[in-house]
Amino acid sequence: MANVLEVKPDLAQAQCAEVGASKFCPGCGHGTILKTLAQVIDELNLNERAVFGCDIGCSLLSWNYMNIDTVQTHHGRTTPVIYGVTRANPGTVGIAYMGDGGGLAIGSQHLVNASVRGENMLILLANNTNYGMTGGQMSPTTMPGQVTETTPYGRDCSITGKPAKGAEMIAAIADPEKSYVARSTMGNVRGLKKVLKAALENVANGGFSFVEVLSVCPNNWRTNNIKTLERLKEMEEFFEVKEFITPAKKEEV
Amino acid sequence: MVKKLITQDTRMFLTGNEVIAYAANAAEAEFMYGYPITPQNEIMHTWCKLLPKTEAGFLQTEDEISAGFSTLGGILAGKRAFTATAGPGNVIMQDAQSMAEMMRLPFVCAVMQRGGPSTATVIYAQQETRLTCFGGNGEGFRIVYSTAGHQDLYDYMIKAFNTAWKYRFPTYMLADGYQGKMREPVTLYDPASRGISMVPTEAFLRAEGKIGVDRDATHLRNTFNLEEELMEHLDVYKEEYERISPEIEEYFEYKAEDAEVLVIAHGIVARSAVTAIDELRAKGIKAGLFRPITIRPLPVNPMRAAVKRAKQVLFTESANGQLAQMCLEKLYGLTTPYSTLFKMGVGVTGDDIVSKVEAMVKEPATV
Repeated sequence: MANVLEVKPDLAQAQCAEVGASKFCPGCGHGTILKTLAQVIDELNLNERAVFGCDIGCSLLSWNYMNIDTVQTHHGRTTPVIYGVTRANPGTVGIAYMGDGGGLAIGSQHLVNASVRGENMLILLANNTNYGMTGGQMSPTTMPGQVTETTPYGRDCSITGKPAKGAEMIAAIADPEKSYVARSTMGNVRGLKKVLKAALENVANGGFSFVEVLSVCPNNWRTNNIKTLERLKEMEEFFEVKEFITPAKKEEV
Repeated sequence: MVKKLITQDTRMFLTGNEVIAYAANAAEAEFMYGYPITPQNEIMHTWCKLLPKTEAGFLQTEDEISAGFSTLGGILAGKRAFTATAGPGNVIMQDAQSMAEMMRLPFVCAVMQRGGPSTATVIYAQQETRLTCFGGNGEGFRIVYSTAGHQDLYDYMIKAFNTAWKYRFPTYMLADGYQGKMREPVTLYDPASRGISMVPTEAFLRAEGKIGVDRDATHLRNTFNLEEELMEHLDVYKEEYERISPEIEEYFEYKAEDAEVLVIAHGIVARSAVTAIDELRAKGIKAGLFRPITIRPLPVNPMRAAVKRAKQVLFTESANGQLAQMCLEKLYGLTTPYSTLFKMGVGVTGDDIVSKVEAMVKEPATV
């Protein structure tokens, strides 16, 4: 048994061995998303070209998670920091990592403008339908009827408006010539890997990519394993999981 | 590598905003990130017009929040990057400025003050003095040069880059809309011709070497887990800031040696004070000027000496005593009485100062 515990997880080169497999709450989706991202960075051999930026919220815990150059920024400001880097140092594969609050609320003006301008970067948004770090408040993507600390009787869309659909919004405004826009889910890691690979390839070729990943927050959702996955299934029905824009598909048409 | 436009001394008749763009090029600045706000727009306009010749970079961002943070991105990439702003733009850019302060990033910003609070006026004020020195949720570990004319704008914009990259504290050139919009003759020069060499820049992200072979991955953060961990960092910043302050502090005195009434003013108001002092001296009133050029850190020792020598002090500003408050704290223990001439968001003329000093001579200050 002792030997089994000493077996180190098989981490990608782009993931920090000192930090280990996870530093997030048990069951959190960030670990899965970042592990997959690290594998794709390895596969595309982008370890030296990549710069990883993380936001405030739970995503900030990834400040030393990746074994690539990283900067932790302010809430909502990862996007401008990363396009500041890629504008000044072309050839950098910039990755801005954030949650649904950082991307779709406090940093939404940067998300919109970076998409319209086609900034050469990947915006990777983990959508767990609430603000995790601050204790589980309603976020732009909180589901109708979902209980959070600021919607204790369930999200009433007649008051709060409907949930934001990030990928659809970006697909509507991003330049189809050079953009890759997709929504994926941590419920399908193989699919997630495919999406992240396409997204990073597009960035490495000078394009703009936006990937929203449906994620889970059992701690703030107060759900057990079964309920967590049930909730994720509901999310996958509400938020369409698909590629919205792919430069490759466009050529086929 | 950018191309420098000024290779020999060139006398030009320019607006201050144009001067700043030329100065940034002379300082070998490689990238400007900016967002339109009056009265600093022509810095961007000039920078953009010169791009085909300078081969530098520019990004017009979606707001000043982005201008500030993308400037930090450019700096992290190892470029001599800068931005410029004013008024409400300076307010929302504090978010990025506090990150620069925490992460010791060589952020450079030209602040062209306009009236406040709020949208107020677009022309002129000295009401961003406190904000520029102490804005953000921090301790004001920043370096602020307050300029008083076009030659200053050129000299101190160049200097700001070197100060920022040498000491790694955010560095500002604090001017105003009068200086930005006014035309004056100015001598543009290649810094090398004055013995000034630009401090080399270095990449904070994607530095040379293979990760895991030549170096570890860089992990930059501005968040800490423990209160004590934060204080440890800030104690180091404080110690460094205080240690380097004497190297950075600059001031200008005009007939201050024997002044009975010492005017303390910064920026363009100090220029009004110079004309006022000549007029007052002609009338037999011994007036003089102490102008802090660095208003953060303040040149405390020379200021205390000048105040101690004088019989009265006059603080005058186009604000309600923002500089005076900063100075008075540093003048603690001295008993020289003072008076004030504060015009919030309005220019202070030489005549204003002459009348005020004459009144002070007739009826001395008691505070």
